[in-house]
Amino acid sequence: MGLMWRDLRLLAGDIGLIAAKDLRIEWRARTTLGQVLPFALLVLVLFGFALNANRPTLELATPGLLWMTVLFATVVAVQRSVAVESIDGAGRMLLLSGMAPAAAFGGKALAVAVQLLAVVAVLLPGVVLLYGAEIESLPLAVVASLAATAGLAAAGSLLGAVVAGVRAHQTVLPILLLPVVAPVLIAATRAFEDALGKAAVNGWSWVGLLAGFTVVNVALGAVAYGPLMEEA
Amino acid sequence: MSAVRLEGAVVLLGRFPALAGADLSVDPGEVVLVRGPNGAGKSTLLHLCAGLLPLSEGRGEVLGCDLGADRAAVRRRVGLLGHDTALYGELSPAENLDLWARASRVDAAVVPGALGRLGVPERLWAVPSTRLSAGQRRRVALAAIVVRRPELWLLDEPHAGLDGDGRELVSDLMSEAASAGAAVVLASHETGPADDLATRTVTMAGGTVGADAV
Amino acid sequence: MSRAGTGDPKRLAGYLDGPARTGSRFTFWLGAATLAGFAGVAALGLLVVPADDVQGDTVRIIFVHVPSALGAYAAFGLTALGSVMWLWRRSEWWDITAHAGAEVAVLLCGLTLVTGMLWGRPTWGTYWEWGDVRLVTTLILFLVMVGYLSVRALGGTAGSVATRAAVVGLVGAVNIGIVNRSVNWWANRTLHQQSSLTEGRLEDLTLLTLVLAFVVAAMAIWWMVMHRFRIGWLERQLADRDIHQAVRARRAEAGR
Repeated sequence: MGLMWRDLRLLAGDIGLIAAKDLRIEWRARTTLGQVLPFALLVLVLFGFALNANRPTLELATPGLLWMTVLFATVVAVQRSVAVESIDGAGRMLLLSGMAPAAAFGGKALAVAVQLLAVVAVLLPGVVLLYGAEIESLPLAVVASLAATAGLAAAGSLLGAVVAGVRAHQTVLPILLLPVVAPVLIAATRAFEDALGKAAVNGWSWVGLLAGFTVVNVALGAVAYGPLMEEA
Repeated sequence: MSAVRLEGAVVLLGRFPALAGADLSVDPGEVVLVRGPNGAGKSTLLHLCAGLLPLSEGRGEVLGCDLGADRAAVRRRVGLLGHDTALYGELSPAENLDLWARASRVDAAVVPGALGRLGVPERLWAVPSTRLSAGQRRRVALAAIVVRRPELWLLDEPHAGLDGDGRELVSDLMSEAASAGAAVVLASHETGPADDLATRTVTMAGGTVGADAV
Repeated sequence: MSRAGTGDPKRLAGYLDGPARTGSRFTFWLGAATLAGFAGVAALGLLVVPADDVQGDTVRIIFVHVPSALGAYAAFGLTALGSVMWLWRRSEWWDITAHAGAEVAVLLCGLTLVTGMLWGRPTWGTYWEWGDVRLVTTLILFLVMVGYLSVRALGGTAGSVATRAAVVGLVGAVNIGIVNRSVNWWANRTLHQQSSLTEGRLEDLTLLTLVLAFVVAAMAIWWMVMHRFRIGWLERQLADRDIHQAVRARRAEAGR
């Protein structure tokens, strides 16, 4: 038992180490802050044009548009997360360190999840201001966002590792990732419909599905990241 | 026990056999210089010994670990200096080495000593690595190997891009490591400072290792 | 690399272990029986089985739609199993099987979607009905499998392609279940007719034809997977031969 706790503590420490590393790199490179967040806001504005700035339509479509935008941001964030390891052979450090692949996966996914949460944190006020949405249940919105971004980050980081080191990785990642995360789009949108008072659905039951998706994909990543690292 | 023993090692990069049946044996305490023109397979040989590439044919053993069965175990015990520096550009030298030490379960307190040993000026320790000169980044990459104190040093053109001072430093490091019982394999395509250091020289061509050159 | 499937068998025969063909006496007769089965199902389904009281002639499409849907999931199951076996045992045999299953799955998914939409138009008045859980799930599966095949086409060593593809297969297999659940909750107003089979609503002749269609579909899948597997196997042998030649050429470069 004692040994197991020690292993878990080491694993958690390594996950924190990698997540902190990626977030620090992102903070300095200003990719999320300078490119992904403005991109997300831009998409909101463009949707406004596309839907003819029609208030009722926008209000109805708000939860879906918001999560669609987060999905796009996921692709960008994961691509960046993969690229960080390939520049100047930096990822070799992780390989040679002998760190458990599950820890490397957990750390990279955690860093992506934090960035996606930042995107949601910008988009949510964005839809309130631009689309006139009203937040009726902040706890539901927060918990759903946590579960959804964690799931997106887990599936994204695993599939990002699938295409790491491949020349065509920029174009292949979306076709691998977007079909698989369809449940997140469905569930997070429904949860937000409840949280923004747009539809009479039980948002919390959708949070359950998001949690299930996250747990399953974190487990897949913990198992499958190792073989992928070996092949890189 | 040999530090490295390769027999008929074939390594594919995509469909190209970068190593086409390489044999090599290195004992602890040896400094082996691998010579050969560009494209002979020197870098691939070093990466194979570091456990970074799968062996597609032949046999290989590094530090007692079978390359076919457990490359991960090999990776934990070697130090590799490649063409690239394997540093995160946005992180400073100190941050890079601190991360490296923690990830490899080495006491991070040795980091300042290693940076000092490689003559990286203290004012550069907290500067993002991309802002360092190529020579300075190379010194930081070498400091990473010092941090780990590996049993096998694998150095790809270690003297390239360094000034006279740096070259001397690298040579000192290698002889120190060898006298402490580590094995050193270094690759170089030019005659230079590496020649005097080597206890043995082998020549590579066409993905194979030839008999000792004179 | 040349593809064995498009090469001249006689040219290949010299340096391959075993015959450079994808067929055998068994697959020949299996293929012949499958063709005869297709003809039988077509004759029964189009000429003998009476039109449905409610749906009229459109009901006949189930003889194509339902077997291809089940077949698509069976072929995908083969890919999922092969993916796991590659990751677990690094079995090349299973890797080739996974690839073969994926190509058949894409084909059958496509057939399922097209026949489903063709049936939906006269029956529901729309080609695509978002409330139909099975059709939506099948579309997602189709997209996942297209992604799987695109990963297989990325290139690299055989081992790295196999591992990348196997992870996609595994991720797809696990998540397609969640996709199905989520679409089900989302649109619990499904239009898909409840399984007519289990409700015993089908007439004897229709049921017989459907069962025959299942058997023929299984035979067709078997035939396709066997051929595709052998193409994959021959491709591996050719690739190995190319690599051996490349190794020899590289050694010759050094005069060794």
